Amino acid sequence: MKKILSSDTVRLLIPALSLTILLISVFYLQPRAMSYVGLNLLFNLAVPIALATIAQMLIMTVNDLDLSMGTFVSFVACITATFLQATPLIGVLMLAAAIATYAVLGVLIHVRNLPSIVVTLGMSFVWGGLAVLILPAPGGEAPGWVRAVMVSRPPFVPMAILACAIIAVVSHLLIMRSSFGVILRGVGGNARSVERAGWSILKARAATYALAAFFAILSGISLVGLTTSADANIALRYTLLSIAGVVLGGGEFTGGRVSPIGAVIGALTLTLAGSFLSFLRISPDWQIGAQGAILIVVLALRLLLNRLENRGKRP
Amino acid sequence: MYFRKMLLASAALACAALPMKAMADTADKKIALSNNYAGNSWRQAMLTSWEKVTGEAVKAGIVAAADPFTTAENQATEQAAQIQNMILQGYDAIVINAASPTALNGAVKEACDAGITVVSFDGIVTEPCAWRIAVDFKEMGRSQIEYLSKKIPAGGNLLEIRGLAGVFVDDEISAGIHAGVAQFPQFKIVGSVHGDWAQDVAQKAVAGILPSLPEIAAVVTQGGDGYGAAEAFAAAKRPIPTIIMGNRQDELKWWKEQKDANGYETMSVSIAPGVSTLAFWVAQQILDGKEVKKDLVVPFLSITQDTLEANLASTQEGGVANVEYSQADAQKVIEAAK
Repeated sequence: MKKILSSDTVRLLIPALSLTILLISVFYLQPRAMSYVGLNLLFNLAVPIALATIAQMLIMTVNDLDLSMGTFVSFVACITATFLQATPLIGVLMLAAAIATYAVLGVLIHVRNLPSIVVTLGMSFVWGGLAVLILPAPGGEAPGWVRAVMVSRPPFVPMAILACAIIAVVSHLLIMRSSFGVILRGVGGNARSVERAGWSILKARAATYALAAFFAILSGISLVGLTTSADANIALRYTLLSIAGVVLGGGEFTGGRVSPIGAVIGALTLTLAGSFLSFLRISPDWQIGAQGAILIVVLALRLLLNRLENRGKRP
Repeated sequence: MYFRKMLLASAALACAALPMKAMADTADKKIALSNNYAGNSWRQAMLTSWEKVTGEAVKAGIVAAADPFTTAENQATEQAAQIQNMILQGYDAIVINAASPTALNGAVKEACDAGITVVSFDGIVTEPCAWRIAVDFKEMGRSQIEYLSKKIPAGGNLLEIRGLAGVFVDDEISAGIHAGVAQFPQFKIVGSVHGDWAQDVAQKAVAGILPSLPEIAAVVTQGGDGYGAAEAFAAAKRPIPTIIMGNRQDELKWWKEQKDANGYETMSVSIAPGVSTLAFWVAQQILDGKEVKKDLVVPFLSITQDTLEANLASTQEGGVANVEYSQADAQKVIEAAK
């Protein structure tokens, strides 16, 4: 088995397995979920989470952590429900400025050698404040095209599943197959050798942050497409959900060891865990604990597998 | 013989089935409560009322189930997922106390499209397909001045204690109070402080402004601040004006003591946490095929001089006066909206 499966595949095995087990349990508890509509209802809120998870994963690829993910997605949601809907041009410009800001953050973190946690934590207050300025009271309206995409009913496969598959494939090609992705992972793995090979780490970091912002923006837009309107606090949970999704999907905090497909599966698992617990009728007092327990079980399994993997490597 | 047995059996079956049918056509309907937060005494009382009233309704066979669900964190995205799960679980009606008036609209729309009746209360949702049981906070403020105009026809100076600055409810109640003053111009607001709906904050705020104020005829409040105001007046050795109370147990207790000692008179007004049970009955009525307007208004729970003792006795220490609604109450509210 050690020879047949690469370590990347093994890395994916646990998240995929836990998702399958959860899915089977949910189908058992609630057979109604086993349908086109049911799957869509189960997973459509996972689409923005998956996008935010990919964004977080990009930042984690270069050994950083983004604690402003939730507030940034909320900020984007507020822009989407107001400017992007009423005056699309200004809305697009604002989103472009947000991407530029992220790139500048990447540069700042690199040049001044600042801890990303502190910088992004600070930025989370900025994004939160801007979101409240844009939308002081909950409201706004999703642009028609966003809504149309999010409630579309493609044949055979529900939108939610299709979207998640597309996100997984696109980010996989980008991070695991393109030369750009190799440099990104290289920065996380061994920045010095990447630099010696003649690549600019500064540019790589800026590009990573900009790309992360792009995915986070897609997350905010898709979220508004689902909810139809925004709220300045709409996505605060996404900061922790996205980090948990990456880790659940086999990513690691350091070393540029990430897995885009795993991250999407992690996001789906997290979403499904909530539904599973609610179908089980677990009292809300216990739900946070139960959700944590699912996380710990999956992570413990991974640790076990890592150990087996390492033991296999020893002669 | 066999035929006779059959006849008897079917007759017995018919007898057993009949009373169920006569009671309600909603006997096989399932209703769910989607609640976003359970972290304070008001919400706890709300959930307790729900369980008590719906438990009896389920036992009586009026509905098949009425399950409460609370999200672990007070987050709109989590509640949206919870509502979508309820659609999958096959509930016929969903009663919502929403984390956000707008962020759940997508999930609510999904529920409506699946043929589910959605009733929101307290924290209402703006999606047009849902029913709303809203609180008329403005009227709650205005009614205080109306009461005072009867008690003190000559009018006088008012001290206003507001809630938490920047919160929608505070603005609404205050706007109602000011509208009331415009309606009864014999009253004049001479001072205004923020008590944050907490007795200790209100006491400090009132103690701070008192020395600069002329004689006060009455204090208008938002609930949770009346007892603190009374303490501040007592500490400053000033005559205690008519302080409107807000149904909190400590306020009612103080009022009772004053009433027994010197015949103190006032009124108390707030929203009863049992409004969840009103929402339940409204949902049941809609499922029963009744024509119900989309926007309903919750009656407040007012406590007067005469009902003080009964309410104080039924309110637990540190809690809020509560009332649980019946099917008849819901029908009355529905009728009133027509």
